[in-house]
Amino acid sequence: MIDLSVNIAGVELKNPLTTASGTFSAPDSSKFYDVNELGAIITKGVASVPWDGNPVPRIAETYGGMLNAIGLQNPGIDVFIKEELPFINNFNTKVIVNVAGRSVEEYCNVVEKLNETSVDMLEINISCPNVKQGGIGFGTDVELASMVTREVKRISKKPIIIKLTPNVTNITEIAKAVEAEGADAISLINTLLGMKIDVNSFKPILANKMGGFSGPAIKPVAVRMVYQVRRAVNVPLIGLGGIATGEDVAEFILAGADAVSIGTAALVNPVAMINIKNEFIEYMNRHNFNSLAQLKQAFQE
Amino acid sequence: MEGIVKLNNRIGSKIYSMEIEQPEIANLARIGTFINLYPKTASLLLPRPFGISEISKTSITIVYEVVGKGTLEFSGYKPGDIVKMSRPLGNGFTPCYDNATHVLVSGGIGIAPLVELAKHLPGKVIAVMGFKDKSFLVGKMQSIGATTYVASDSGSEGFKGNVVELLKKENIIGDYYYGCGPKPMLKAVSEYCEQINRPIQVSMEGRMGCGYGACVGCACKVKTADGYTNKKICSDGPVFLGSEIFWE
Repeated sequence: MIDLSVNIAGVELKNPLTTASGTFSAPDSSKFYDVNELGAIITKGVASVPWDGNPVPRIAETYGGMLNAIGLQNPGIDVFIKEELPFINNFNTKVIVNVAGRSVEEYCNVVEKLNETSVDMLEINISCPNVKQGGIGFGTDVELASMVTREVKRISKKPIIIKLTPNVTNITEIAKAVEAEGADAISLINTLLGMKIDVNSFKPILANKMGGFSGPAIKPVAVRMVYQVRRAVNVPLIGLGGIATGEDVAEFILAGADAVSIGTAALVNPVAMINIKNEFIEYMNRHNFNSLAQLKQAFQE
Repeated sequence: MEGIVKLNNRIGSKIYSMEIEQPEIANLARIGTFINLYPKTASLLLPRPFGISEISKTSITIVYEVVGKGTLEFSGYKPGDIVKMSRPLGNGFTPCYDNATHVLVSGGIGIAPLVELAKHLPGKVIAVMGFKDKSFLVGKMQSIGATTYVASDSGSEGFKGNVVELLKKENIIGDYYYGCGPKPMLKAVSEYCEQINRPIQVSMEGRMGCGYGACVGCACKVKTADGYTNKKICSDGPVFLGSEIFWE
């Protein structure tokens, strides 16, 4: 019997598969598969007040990937707690709420309100490329990333994951800085900033012009960054970026991830989470691994 | 899920009609819902959404225009080929079963989902169809029993102008209106329906990521007491009341 469980900052996930923020909707996704099969749900980003998101079009396909510029459309933390969380709590899986903000005060406001709920962990999004203030502005600067982490940690009663952007010169500097300020775990990578122009209409496809690049095309960048960050910090890592198969999950764990998130693959195929989980179990069996630790330790360089 | 291509015929310059044998999907299909088709070309990641044009006991038909690499791939499918597809998605039209006059208004490929709708409406059915240049599916609508009016931007077929101008010119007044087409056209038709005080259901179009409500790519503004809120075209729609859309 394979033990797929993993402990992230004191929270026991029954398997390493989580939903990447912004690619999972509890009422919609649960129509297609059994959410109880997941290690954890990571919700779409929630802010202190409702956000409208960006104008449409918000989606563009690229070679082996896609761009999105949703702009963190969300109903705000009060509506989230009152109307969305009760449904999410029906599932027998861990719940990680992704927190968005335009200022330190906004992040802290959301974190404080979530203290009094049953959620297991918070993922602080300092890496969204699609909102002008906040988001990526905090994730590309060592000082600002440190400050957000410090202030959030001061208030939160829940373990804190800091989600990093790949749109930096040296991701290990940011990773070390947030670890030093008490981040309980790190997730990486958020999307790469990208752009697509329609050469027949001569205009950018996205109304926001630029957007976050995700999907299988970005996987080598994500694996490289997980590998680098693993060697720079000691906190648990949640790896993501282009995972589409069970072998991709194994690749991230070999690079140093403790758990993984799956995003774009689940947009392409609503039941991808389950398919990837089954493929990963099959991979573990094929290599006679009984635990994630055994797989991780098998890495050779 | 997988379906088998029964027919894939060119019915206009870049317009194709594909009938797909898939009894389970045919059974789940409702008027005005859509399916996602998955290109086999691995670099094309996202599914392509298509309104269901016709529903039979064991198959569905989609009508599509070749606009990019995905639809170009689909246009090459031959009878017997396997097609990867989703189950029917979204919330479709609610036909009004009154023995009344129903007016179906379309722009371009937007005529596709109105075909199945026309089959289920009692009373008089009038189809007012707008095209850029050449028409398609006009004969199909007539064979269902609809009275057809055609407008084209170029003037090459029927009335030269748009469908709202044609509705006014022909003084076409019905009891219930149903629309599908580009957003500016749906806005104009909805405003016209508001003026004449008639209800309209509109099937909205949007660039989708997932098609099932997870990515929030296909947002559409819907009126609220104090402004508007974003709804998802794929899972809250694609059909809305014209009067509830916050048109911009």
